[in-house]
Amino acid sequence: MGLVLLVVIWLITFVSTYFFIAKTWWLPTGASAAAAGIDHHFATTYLVMGIVFVAAQVSLGYFAWKYRERPSAPPARYVHGNNMLEIVWTVLTAILFIGLNLMSSSIWASERFRPAEPGATQVEVTGMQFQWYFRYPGRDGRFGATKPELIDASAGGESALGLDTTDPASKDDVVTGTMVVPVNREVELILRAQDVIHSFFIPNMRFKQDAVPGLAIHMHFTPITIGDYEVTCAELCGLGHYKMHGMLKVVSQEEFDKWLAAREAEKQ
Amino acid sequence: MAGGTGGGETIMATREFAAHEAHAHAAPQGFIRKWVFSLDHKVIGLQYYFLALTAVFVGMFLSLLMRIHLIWPNIHLPLLGDIKPETYLTLVTMHGTIMVFFVLTTAPQGGFGNYFLPIQIGAADMAFPVLNMLSFWVTALAFIVMLGAFFVTGGAPLHGWTGYPPLSAVPTAGPGEGPGADMWVISIALFCLGALMSALNFITTTLDMRAKGMSMMRMPLTCWAWFITAILGLLAFGVLFSAGILLLLDRNAGTSFYVPLTVFSGQMVAHKGGSPLLWQHLFWFFGHPEVYIAILPAMGLCSQLVSVFSRKPIFGYKAMVYAMLSIGLLGFMVWGHHMFMSGMSPYSAFAFSIMTMAIGVPSAIKTFNWLGTLWGGRIRLASPMLFAIGFVSLFVSGGISGPFLAQPTLDIPLHDTAFVTGHFHLIMGVASIFGIFAATYYWFPKMFGRMMNESLARWHFWLTFVGTYCIFMPMHYAGMAGQPRRYSQFTELHYLEKLIPLNTFITFAAFVTISAQLIFIFNLFWSMKAGKKASDNPWEATTLEWTTATPPPHDNFGGHTPVVYNGPYEYSVPGAPRDYVMQTDPATVAAH
Repeated sequence: MGLVLLVVIWLITFVSTYFFIAKTWWLPTGASAAAAGIDHHFATTYLVMGIVFVAAQVSLGYFAWKYRERPSAPPARYVHGNNMLEIVWTVLTAILFIGLNLMSSSIWASERFRPAEPGATQVEVTGMQFQWYFRYPGRDGRFGATKPELIDASAGGESALGLDTTDPASKDDVVTGTMVVPVNREVELILRAQDVIHSFFIPNMRFKQDAVPGLAIHMHFTPITIGDYEVTCAELCGLGHYKMHGMLKVVSQEEFDKWLAAREAEKQ
Repeated sequence: MAGGTGGGETIMATREFAAHEAHAHAAPQGFIRKWVFSLDHKVIGLQYYFLALTAVFVGMFLSLLMRIHLIWPNIHLPLLGDIKPETYLTLVTMHGTIMVFFVLTTAPQGGFGNYFLPIQIGAADMAFPVLNMLSFWVTALAFIVMLGAFFVTGGAPLHGWTGYPPLSAVPTAGPGEGPGADMWVISIALFCLGALMSALNFITTTLDMRAKGMSMMRMPLTCWAWFITAILGLLAFGVLFSAGILLLLDRNAGTSFYVPLTVFSGQMVAHKGGSPLLWQHLFWFFGHPEVYIAILPAMGLCSQLVSVFSRKPIFGYKAMVYAMLSIGLLGFMVWGHHMFMSGMSPYSAFAFSIMTMAIGVPSAIKTFNWLGTLWGGRIRLASPMLFAIGFVSLFVSGGISGPFLAQPTLDIPLHDTAFVTGHFHLIMGVASIFGIFAATYYWFPKMFGRMMNESLARWHFWLTFVGTYCIFMPMHYAGMAGQPRRYSQFTELHYLEKLIPLNTFITFAAFVTISAQLIFIFNLFWSMKAGKKASDNPWEATTLEWTTATPPPHDNFGGHTPVVYNGPYEYSVPGAPRDYVMQTDPATVAAH
């Protein structure tokens, strides 16, 4: 029985670890400036915790077998513990855990403690059941006013956001269902939600932030690879949660300018 | 009050002040007094246990339907019909709520705690038997109201067990958010009342009712765990109760605690100025301690079993007590780690993160001490011990992913993905369920006077142990690959399609694991009738419940009060006649 326990615990440990090491399923390809740092810290944490995981499971299985009761086994040791050992492993774990945490704090700070750089591409993201809308301020660099009483969800586009067309600033606002941004330039997001909480999640950008009704949350990220990336909703928002998706297109600066100009021309 | 002899006299008044000799209430005779509205902590413990057993089968059945829907979305089930995406979310919500409240909170504390805390400290009953009866019946009523949510117009709610408003506060937010959601909130509020009464009772009992010689530091670690759990419950459930009342007011009285100005499909709702984050703060102020409410009793039990079956004193008794106390204390300072992505201040995320990493330290200490106890032992691998070792393994596996989620930086890709589902199921779900199984196999002989069948118990262990790993380990992989939680289909996003085989594997593993639980149920009921007769102390353990008859008499110790001379873990004492010294053996162990 002890041997079976050892074999089963060891097998579970090694098979689980194999799939982590082989990266059979891993974080999706990173495409933002922050991705490399986050992935690197993920790998570091993985290595450290992986060692702890294997060491603990291997000793558990080994002890269960080695100290099993059998006629030839010596009597159990009469020990109540060892204060020195308790202090050693308390201090070591504390250093390890807090150390890991401090290592990653600079990434968090650069993601969340500073505002977006001036000159960042501004996009307002609005979540509603079960659709993401994206709004660009246009040439004037200002978002026009929106009014809840003007919201007409079935009409889509500007009406879905309740854009007040009498506001001069709203004249050149562009509202789309696909998010397009230029590569290698910081994107400033203003996240809003109309009805319930949604969460704007772009796995490839290592970006996630809840969009909360009543709040306008300012965030930023910098895409560094041209391509199409799927956008999902990561906060349970109702029956269509699983199909609340969108698309982020990262394009060159020229292509972006051309695209935005064409959208504005459509409005006139 | 006191059954056949009590008449009209209330014994509550004396009970509050008197020493516990005055506690004895005569054994009731009638069926109703004995088994339904019983004041006996042992009967109430069994009532809680069977309530949890019913709940766990409901919860497990819901999870089976979830796994079926994920893989075969168009299947037509006999009697149940089609599962629609909103039905899936209803299943998610009710599975989570039922499991967290009516299983993980109910069985380890209400069930085993009620039955064995008084016996292990040498008391005749809990401090407040009537309050004890009341807490059970309020909890049972809460369960009935919760199940009732399935049968009202619109069905049960779909807002998840966390019930974030505005989704949970606005009836038009989705199907099930009408009367079903009201029933859900009312049920939780009732549950909180039951849990608060029970917490008071546990705390008073532990502090006031210990037998002579049973100092705090001679209490078995199970008692420490129940005691600390009760303190957590007292502080946490009050907050959830208030939060629930505010949510009910938002839903029905036009207040706006949680709901700002919102527009649902073009229709403005009559709320203004509320904060959705307020609910999250209140909910997780309860919700994180709740994790420890679920796991602490299992930790205490595991410490107990590892020592009993290794025939060795627990390694670092004091360290174990201090570790549980610091887990309890720190448990109230980490709720913000559920909210790193919520829009809460990023500076506070940093503070919550440090506290969360710190709570990993006492958890690690406990693991080291369990390994330290096994080391150099003479281990008897009986079924309770198998589940205790399984618990340690699952606790390590579930715990190891904690430091990932505790760092806000890594929480960016992992938050609200299947990685989190895998993490909390291993550590809070399956690990505490293993605690419940271990407790059942260990205490069954004392509770029912018969042994459970050991071969069936082993089959149950192997299938469940391997099965749960096959279910929850792959969820970590899926989560790393970006699979969000609470998705009813993986067909809408291209990158999720490649995760379908992994999810199919999980579903098959769930079939096997859930089927294996039928072995347990069969063993449980069959052994009550036909199990081998148990002696008073079949495991050769030292604590007080093994000094009394099997099953224990109404007043627990048959008219005498035990006196305690030793600590709870005196195994393999050199020079002792047997390899264990009962807590009641007069002064045979030198002070150490």
